[in-house]
Amino acid sequence: MEPFRMDVNKYKEMLQKYLYTKDENALYQAGQFSKQTMRHNILPEEIINIHIQSLKEIYPDLPPTIDDSLNFLLETMISYGLAYQEFISLREKQTELESEIAVAASMQQTLLSTKKPNVPGLDIGSISVPAHQMNGDYYHFVKDRHQNIGIAIADVIGKGVPAALAMSMIKYSLDSLPETMRNPSQVLQSLNRVVERNVTASMFITMFYGWYQYETCTLHYASAGHEPGYYYSAKDDRFYEMKTKGLVLGVSDEANYEQVKVQLEKNDTIILFTDGVTECRVGERFLEIEEVLEVIKAHMHLPAQEAVDKVFRHFERLQDFQLRDDFTLIILKKQVS
Amino acid sequence: MNLEIERLDNGETKILKVNGEVDVYTAPQLKEALVPLTKQEGAKVIVDLENVTYMDSTGLGVFIGALKSTKEYNSEMRLVSMHDRVRRLFEITGLDSIMNIDTTVRGGK
Repeated sequence: MEPFRMDVNKYKEMLQKYLYTKDENALYQAGQFSKQTMRHNILPEEIINIHIQSLKEIYPDLPPTIDDSLNFLLETMISYGLAYQEFISLREKQTELESEIAVAASMQQTLLSTKKPNVPGLDIGSISVPAHQMNGDYYHFVKDRHQNIGIAIADVIGKGVPAALAMSMIKYSLDSLPETMRNPSQVLQSLNRVVERNVTASMFITMFYGWYQYETCTLHYASAGHEPGYYYSAKDDRFYEMKTKGLVLGVSDEANYEQVKVQLEKNDTIILFTDGVTECRVGERFLEIEEVLEVIKAHMHLPAQEAVDKVFRHFERLQDFQLRDDFTLIILKKQVS
Repeated sequence: MNLEIERLDNGETKILKVNGEVDVYTAPQLKEALVPLTKQEGAKVIVDLENVTYMDSTGLGVFIGALKSTKEYNSEMRLVSMHDRVRRLFEITGLDSIMNIDTTVRGGK
């Protein structure tokens, strides 16, 4: 940017031209001048000052009262100028913060990224869409050398940066669990102690943890106050709610988590999600869980990844659909018996 | 959506009547009204949720914070007249097992 000089003579010329001719073009020039001063962060009182100087040069015999009133105006504008300066510095800070958040969001994606495990006979699909820049939902897979897999899906209360920070805590606690600790109820108990010690009074995390045993095709699971998932039995052609007792993480260090197991047969499907799915609104109305399951069922014949993607697209396309909360959906489908 | 909170005290018992939706935007308002009441030694606080049609997890967080504060200050908190949709949230999260929730008075849908 070229340096900008507040040129009294130039301003005087503009003013004079306007006063003598009332020419619209002079007004246009004044507009341009004002834009230029803003671009160069010139304070309002400096403009008034230059106006006073020009006016005095054009009319050397200004009545003293007018002269005084102009000084009065100058004083008045000084506070305004301070506020304007503050505005400029806030605007700069905001740009800075926005770019920092963008960096943090992409870092979050890298830190929390998880690889969908490849297990023979199990088709897995997952999607997680944040409602805001940073995701408060989290899912994580681990696989051991016997093809057993651990599945975690969690939702941190609140949104944005604090939620994302809490998520990192969960991720590293999960990573640091000993490999022998697979029991979902034990895993949740251990995480609960970490969360309880490290969050503020009104913060909590809901989480589902499942351990799928490859040899027996059995899913063991427990839930810390997480939105219950569903088990679809192909034989019965119906959904069963996977409800278990367990308090959300971070509220009481004495919480216990009930553990349940389900044996998967061919084409049986496990559906896990966060409340972003069940709390979807269409206009003023909430989606009922039955409607959500109906949509999932209509896509279940597809490969699992395609199914979750299409389910989300389906909701997204609904008229007046608003994503108020982060949306995470995981589907596990048993393929061969 | 706005949240309105009325304070209707009945002798020693402090009653908060909450109207509207408790979500991430309005929860701070509820927290401001509720938590100081639970910090009064031995206070009895009733939160009437009959006119709360929606609550998200941030709202639950406010009640968890308030519950922790009742333990610290030896006060009591009771939640009454919950809508089914709101009640379901307390059930799923297991909070119904640690909070005093009145099951007799129930708000219709």
